Formats: sequence, C-alpha cells, structure tokens
Amino acid sequence: MSNNQPFEPACPLPTTDKKTVQLAHGGGGRLMRDLIQEVFVHAFDNAMLAPLHDGATWPVEKGTLAFTTDSYVVHPLFFPGGDIGSLAVHGTINDLAMCGAKPLYLSAGFILEEGLSLDVLQQIVNSMAKAARAAGVSIVTGDTKVVDRGKGDGIFINTAGVGLVPSGIRIVPRLIQPGDAILVSGDLGSHGVAVLSVREGLTFAGDVTSDSAPLHQVVGELIESGIEIHCLRDLTRGGLASALNELAVAAKVGMIVEEAVIPVSEPVRGACELLGLDPLYVANEGRFVAMVPESQAEAALAVMRRHAVSGRAAHVGRVTERHAPPVIIQTVVGTHRILDLLSGEQLPRIC
Amino acid sequence: MKYVDEFRDRAVASALAERIKQIVRRPWTIMEVCGGQTHSIVKFGLDELLPETVRLVHGPGCPVCVTPIGLIDDAVRLARQPGVIICSFGDMLRVPGSQGDLFGAKAEGADVRIVYSPLDALELARANPNRQVVCFAVGFETTAPPWAMAVVQAKALKLTNFSLLVAHVLVPPAMEAILSSPQNWIQGFLAAGHVCTVMGYEEYDAIAMRYRVPIVVTGFEPVDVLEGIAMLVSQLEAGRVEVENQYVRSVSREGNRQAQAIVDEVFEPALRAWRGIGEIPRSGLQIRSTYTDFDAAVRFRDVLASFGPAAQEDPECQSGLVLQGLLKPMDCPAFGSKCTPERPLGAPMVSSEGACAAYYRYRGNVKREA
Repeated sequence: MSNNQPFEPACPLPTTDKKTVQLAHGGGGRLMRDLIQEVFVHAFDNAMLAPLHDGATWPVEKGTLAFTTDSYVVHPLFFPGGDIGSLAVHGTINDLAMCGAKPLYLSAGFILEEGLSLDVLQQIVNSMAKAARAAGVSIVTGDTKVVDRGKGDGIFINTAGVGLVPSGIRIVPRLIQPGDAILVSGDLGSHGVAVLSVREGLTFAGDVTSDSAPLHQVVGELIESGIEIHCLRDLTRGGLASALNELAVAAKVGMIVEEAVIPVSEPVRGACELLGLDPLYVANEGRFVAMVPESQAEAALAVMRRHAVSGRAAHVGRVTERHAPPVIIQTVVGTHRILDLLSGEQLPRIC
Repeated sequence: MKYVDEFRDRAVASALAERIKQIVRRPWTIMEVCGGQTHSIVKFGLDELLPETVRLVHGPGCPVCVTPIGLIDDAVRLARQPGVIICSFGDMLRVPGSQGDLFGAKAEGADVRIVYSPLDALELARANPNRQVVCFAVGFETTAPPWAMAVVQAKALKLTNFSLLVAHVLVPPAMEAILSSPQNWIQGFLAAGHVCTVMGYEEYDAIAMRYRVPIVVTGFEPVDVLEGIAMLVSQLEAGRVEVENQYVRSVSREGNRQAQAIVDEVFEPALRAWRGIGEIPRSGLQIRSTYTDFDAAVRFRDVLASFGPAAQEDPECQSGLVLQGLLKPMDCPAFGSKCTPERPLGAPMVSSEGACAAYYRYRGNVKREA
C-alpha cells in the first residue's frame, strides 16, 4: 500500500488492481457498492432503478401482464453482431414479444467470475444499456454475485422482463389451427453460425453476423394492423425445426413446410454444408415463426417486410390436421420426410 | 449456392428418375457404400423416386459405425487418464462403448475436445506442453491424409505430447468382404465419392472384374446419387461390368497423389476388426514404426493393457447385419424401441452417417412397410 493512501481499518479491502472483478465485488461492502454505482446504475440510468431499493415498483394499469425470464451463458462473450449483453436484452424482449406484449421493464442478474476484466464488464453493461434504450425498455432492478475463479465462464446474465399485452390479444400455441399459414421472419441460422465461427476459429464463415435483434416492434405492428395472430415463437436454440415440433405437439396439429422456400443466407448455407449442420436446427436470436390465417398471410408478410429485422420474411408452410410425426418437410426434390426433434445438439460430422 | 443448388435441382432429379424408370427391365440390388450417400438418399427421399425394381441397400461406409467397441473403450479410458486431452470429430462423442461414451467421460471431468481439423489438435498440443493430446483418428481414406499430415508436422515440431489413437479403415477390403460372403446379394456398387477423391478408382478395376460387379464412383447430392444409379442400372441392363465415374467434378482416376503419398508415409495397412462384421485383413491403417512415437496405442500400451481384454458388443445390436446391407434399420427388433438416439445400442443409431440414425431422423421411429 503506498503512503499517500489513507489507512482504513474499518473495511479490510483486498489489495487490488481494480482492473478485474474481485470476490469482494460481491461481498456487500464498498467495492460492491462502487461497482453497482459506477458500472450498473451509471449505464442503466433510470428513475425506477435510482433509489437502489430491493425492488422496483410501479403502478399497474388494467389489463394483462406478460412475465418471462431467461439466462445467458454464451461463449465467447463477444461475437459478430452482438455480445452477451445485447443478447440478454433482446432475448427477454423477444420472449415478451412472442406473447404479444409490449416490453416495459427488465431485471438484470449478473454472476461474475473472479478475474473478469472490469473493462469487459463495462462493455457488456454498456451494450445492455444501449440495447435497452434502443428498444424503449428500462432495466429497473438487478443483482450481482461473484463466484470463485474457475466456477463461472467470465459472466452469466439472467434477465427477467415484464410486458403489457394489449387488450383483446391472446397469442398461445393452442390457437394454431389447421389451415393456418406458417411464416418465418427472415433467413435462418446466422446467430448459431456467427457464434460457432468465433468460438471455433472457423475463418470460412467470416462474414456471418448474428441476427440478434429485438422483435417487439414488428410484432407490435402486426397486432396494430389487425392481423389475427394465432401464435408466435422465437427461433432460438434448436431453430425452426424444434420450434415447429413443440408448437405442433402443443396445438395438437400437423405442419408441413417447404424446404425450397425457407430463407437461409448463402454464407450460412455454405458453413452448414461444410460442417454437416442443418440450418433448420441452428439457433437464431432475432427470428420468429408466426401462425396466421392463410387469408392474412400476405398482409402479415407485407408488415414484416417493412421492418429490417424481418425484411426476408417468407411463407414457408401450412398447418394441417394432426398427424404423426407432426412436422413434415417437402424436400427440394419434391419428396417428403419428417422434420424431427434432435436428441441433442448437432455435432459437426467426420467427413 | 454453386455446386449445391444445381445438384439439388428438382427438374433435373425428376428427369433422372424418369430415365432410370425407362432403362430398368429387371430387378436390381444396388449398394451405396458411403454413409453420406445413405443420408442423402433417406434425407431427400430419393428411394421414393425410384422404380420398385431398383432396391438400394446401405453399405458399411460409416467410419464411426464400424469402429469396434474395444477402440471406443480405449478412447474413453484414455480420456479418463489424468493429464490427457482427447480430441475427436464431433459425431464420435455419442457412440457408446461398454464403459459409456466420450460425452459421459466429459461430464465426469475428462477433457474431451471436438476438433474441426487435425491441425486444431496439433495446436492444442503446442499450447499445452504439459498435457498429452490424444486424437481419436476415425475415418476412411478421406480423412487419413490430414491426420498423416498432423503426425508429420508433430514430428517436425518435435512434439512429445501428441499421438493418434488410430481407428482408420479402408473401403475396398470391406467391399470385397461383402462380395465374398455367401449371403451376398449386391449386384452393383455406388462407390464413395470422397474416398475416391483421395484414392482415385484404379483399385476398383480388380474388384469389378473378380466379382463381376459394376461400380460407379458417385457423389452425394440428390442429382449425383440419381445419376450414379442411372449409370449403374445402364451397365447392369446391358450386362457390362465397368468402373465408371459419375463424380467427375471431384474425382480423377489416379486420385490425389500427394495425399496418398503422405498417408503411405505415416500409415500402413493392417488387420482390423469391424464392428459387427469381424476382422478383415489389411482393412485398417496403423502408424508405421518410423512414427511410432505418435501412436497412442504404443505410448499408452501399459495403461490400455491394464484394462484386460476388449469388451463384447451388445448382442441385441444387429449393426453388423445393417452395415453389410443384410438388414434394413427398421427391420431390427430394437429399432425405435430399445435403440434410440438417446439410448443407442450401437453406433449406427448416433453417427451422422449411420443408417439407423438416418431412418430414425428422417423416416420416424415408427416401423413402416418397406
């Protein structure tokens, strides 16, 4: 300790370079208070967070609330087109949007690994703040814990979100009906390939960027324009194939999609071909599938195509009476096969 | 996408299917050797486009599937050794041995890494000088050159912590084993396009002549497979026995001489057991004595010997019959019931090239009329 620093016997701070997260940052003392003030409160800056109470409060309107939570453990923390911070905001906003809700408030829980660079933390928090502001939501409450080095992967983030569902709107799998059109909001697989390419150093997939984006604005406009949305689902882990299977089972219907019209970008197709992955199972973070009455499919597509996040929206299939297996795909050569759930993650092939 | 879209063109595929219908007069049984072709056939439903008289039989060309259980156990045991990093291509990790699979070992704390290229494994060895990096080298002739190259590089870099657990196998001896079986009913082969990209197809002349069986070197896209079948059926109907090349955009008669040379530098043919099929002379690769320092079977001889004799495969798994084309996956009593991708009895249910996995994934787990 240098001579010009005051001696403070009341709080035995560890000697620290203050450039990395220390266990004391989660210890309830001064370091933690400073971290909350300087990093989180400063970045998220809003009146509901400012009192630093145990929770945020606000008056409720009459109507229906939507409430969701999700945890983010992505590695690497930064990838082309986003980072764990923006992802944690978009992901929870999108879960609310899939309920038809206008997202209002988010919480943010951080599990930090001892040794994480404070610069990295600041970048991630700034990214969350920027994503939240851009989407018009506030991060109003939070929590921080620090775990021993080796017991985390730098940073894990949990966000929960509350949103308001417009009156008269009900978007649930059970409303899916035979005859509905199946719409996909854009090209599939970019997020999964972008993350894989940086995680594994795959240079051939170089210019693929994640599709991570908030979807509540396009969903809001679909609702406002009077489209009778039966169901929405964001196409995260497991991709389109898994989402369709889950929805078909939940709604007790069958589905048939046409491989040739499902949008997949050339770089993503190329990377998937090389690795032996099927883009229909690859993760997205800014794509959704919508089930709407066939008669409204074109109107819905027109709305979706006005938004950059869904500019490549496409009508990819239709809902049928229940059959087993529930999801069938018409192949590019005109034959049919099932589109099943995978038993686990897709693995790159041998040759 | 170039080299993909034109080979998945619906109109071209339909025209080829129509051509096959016009050529065929008698029933024929054709084996596609490679698991990649099997997956293409099942994924794109190509068999539905064929006349009933053309019967496709799936061959042994899934390297993961034919790896004997003893070698998988060796990999799992080495993974559990302290200080060892096991590298493998992805789809080997779910293959069950008698001691569980590599994913299970990873969950218990073993350091198991999926690599995308043998050079990644080499880099891992350079970055971890105090750990032993063992690569589970599985594949046919296609993936042997990069592993050989990695060994040559490791020697040049004087690495003492890099070795291969070699499970490489060769296609022609397996084709001969099938043809010389008294139960053989195969009348023509679609040879594996990527194996021939490396090896060429000179060595198939002798097989074609000896067993009077036409062979067409064939690619993997729907149009490739259908064109290969059309070429093969033309030969069969005309009574010709030739080795022809459908996959001309990738395969030459002599193959990739440089790749062959590096394989020959590092590996030599050896007796190999094939899962469910048995031992086939000169059907596998082993590391030559000049590179013995990079042979995990030698480096870890004492460790591996301490576990005693190799385990036996699950008698309920009929993968041997499936791999020889004698049993369709869904005709196996365990298919979809005792054997699923979540709880496989054998490798063909989990490998990305396994015939059982293809049927389960693309045709469903319900038994259907063949």
